[in-house]
Amino acid sequence: MRYALFTGCAAKGATPELYQSTMAILPRLGIDVVELVDAACCGAGVVRQGDEDLALAINARTFAQAERLGLPMMTICGTCQGVTAGARRALAEEGALERVNGLLEGNGGPYRGGIKIRHLQWVLVEEIGLKRLREMVRRPLAGLKVGAFYGCYILRPSQDLGFEDPANPQSLEEIILALGADPVDYTGRTKCCGFPLLFEREAIATALAGGNLGEAKDAGADCLVTPCPLCHMGLDIYQGKAERRVGRTLGVPILHLPQLIGLALGLSPRELGVSRHLVPVRRVLDKIGWR
Amino acid sequence: MRGLILRTTIWIDRFHPDRDRRPHAEDYRVDVSWRSTTVLDALFQIQSEIDPSLVFRYSCRSAICGSCCMVINGQERLACETLVGDLVERYETVRIAPMRNHPVIKDLVVNMRPFWEKIRAVTPWIVEPKASNRIEPKASGVEEGNRPPERPPVLTRETRRAFHNADACIMCGACLSSCNSFHVSPGFLGPAALAKAYRFAADPRDGTLTERLKRLVQPDGIWDCVRCNFCVEVCPKDVRPMEQIIRLRRMALERGMVDDIGARHVTAFTQIVRHEGRLNEGLLPVKMLWRNLRALLRVIPLGARMFLKGKVPVPLAIRPRIGKMDEVRRIFRRRKEKLPVEPKASNKIEPKASNKIEPKASNKIEPKASNKIEPKASNKEGGGLID
Repeated sequence: MRYALFTGCAAKGATPELYQSTMAILPRLGIDVVELVDAACCGAGVVRQGDEDLALAINARTFAQAERLGLPMMTICGTCQGVTAGARRALAEEGALERVNGLLEGNGGPYRGGIKIRHLQWVLVEEIGLKRLREMVRRPLAGLKVGAFYGCYILRPSQDLGFEDPANPQSLEEIILALGADPVDYTGRTKCCGFPLLFEREAIATALAGGNLGEAKDAGADCLVTPCPLCHMGLDIYQGKAERRVGRTLGVPILHLPQLIGLALGLSPRELGVSRHLVPVRRVLDKIGWR
Repeated sequence: MRGLILRTTIWIDRFHPDRDRRPHAEDYRVDVSWRSTTVLDALFQIQSEIDPSLVFRYSCRSAICGSCCMVINGQERLACETLVGDLVERYETVRIAPMRNHPVIKDLVVNMRPFWEKIRAVTPWIVEPKASNRIEPKASGVEEGNRPPERPPVLTRETRRAFHNADACIMCGACLSSCNSFHVSPGFLGPAALAKAYRFAADPRDGTLTERLKRLVQPDGIWDCVRCNFCVEVCPKDVRPMEQIIRLRRMALERGMVDDIGARHVTAFTQIVRHEGRLNEGLLPVKMLWRNLRALLRVIPLGARMFLKGKVPVPLAIRPRIGKMDEVRRIFRRRKEKLPVEPKASNKIEPKASNKIEPKASNKIEPKASNKIEPKASNKEGGGLID
């Protein structure tokens, strides 16, 4: 199982623990990766608001790099997954490829089209399979109540993503179960974390984060797990501000998907970089017996 | 299973304003034909055979009028085009609730006032250009002499394409019901109204594009969308409201309307990718907020905590963060060279105001439309998207 790894910006910037934990679990899962070290930002849906073709070109450049390696792409960021899937679809529209490849000339080759892009979460469910994942677990997360937080871009629009029903996704819950933990049901699990508006409209962003975190807490979640580092930032870094916005204490630790998997595979919290979070994960570690 | 009649259970959120404090779910057993019974059919069956007090809204029964939108198994759908059999196959049980983000009147009927208020607020009709501002026949692409100059340009197939399907809206309210921003910020204009706003902004017969955009870049307008994609997902007519909001944002940016922090987010983010290839989380807030010292000071405590956790780079350490940065710079350069010659549908609409806002012109907007507009739009850094 070999992939061209597109880390995205956050894993190399504000959530370095995502990169660290991903690199720690990949060998154990038997996933071999070649990191796309020359790949630029996917644009996060922001660049295209100013210039659509510019955003398409920087994504086509990344796709072409993976194509030249002859590998499908793997993302570890829900936003990257959604944005690259959208770019992939836009590049498949009539005339788009020629237009955008014109901007790529001299960059080592054009993008030919039809790149396969899979998020680690999907690779786990589809390629590795839940049965094998269950067999790999060394330290079952028994008794840990985990709320799945999908984030928008890995689900919607389903026209672009197409992995699962955005109204009732199950893949994260299935992974949580495979790791020996108990999934917690709450409606906020498919909603928006608010991150895209944190600088622009903090009141909206923190109300969304606070509302979803509150729902998860009321449903009994010990922690949330997310496949998107931007959701992680919205829910972890801004949890203090969200608490003030919704007027209640929350204290809900947020784990990156590779961190939750890593804990179940028997990796130490240190190897997974959990100390870099702003909301302490001590409660989670206590519950699964890390002293 | 074609033609098969099966007995299935449907859960409905019931609410009686005189008796109930909050909605409660009740279950009903109905007979459905697997491949033809719609949710609306099932509701009729329940109303006529089990409980005549059940209330729901409908009209055309064929996905045209947009009256029967409700939350069906967690997602806004039109009851008249959703098959019960499909739902059972996908979700096992069928659950029906009224639309979200609107007050419930009774059972599945909500008060649509929030929806219509938003629609009305965006001037959803064509406003003819004022005499001083009127499009010259040449500029609009209509040949001189073919028709009298006072007649507005005719809607062509070409122009309709510029609507990007925004004109397909049936005003069912599915998008506003699912809108995450509106849920926590009731002042937000929301997806339906903003898609409608785009539809008129893109209409060559309208003469008030600049005025429209100036209103839309105000708080509660286009920059309040959190881009959650719910509206795109639930729209039964593929209007893709969020995409229309993004088009409005692009139109505003192209005209130099960069006062809102949302606009500065786009320009700052793009510049950072141009110079560093990847995002520099330390630099982004500085670039966005440097003109607003108080806002900048407010992000510093959190920034400092992140810095201590090794989560932000030193803001001013501007350096390539990826390999082969020359390639990325080349793309930006080429794109910039290309940009001015790109034909923009919107340029045709308002030849005068397409690239810069003239402060003087904005003072003259009709009093009604302009009451929220501040005439200080002399901002010239719109071109700063790629600099």
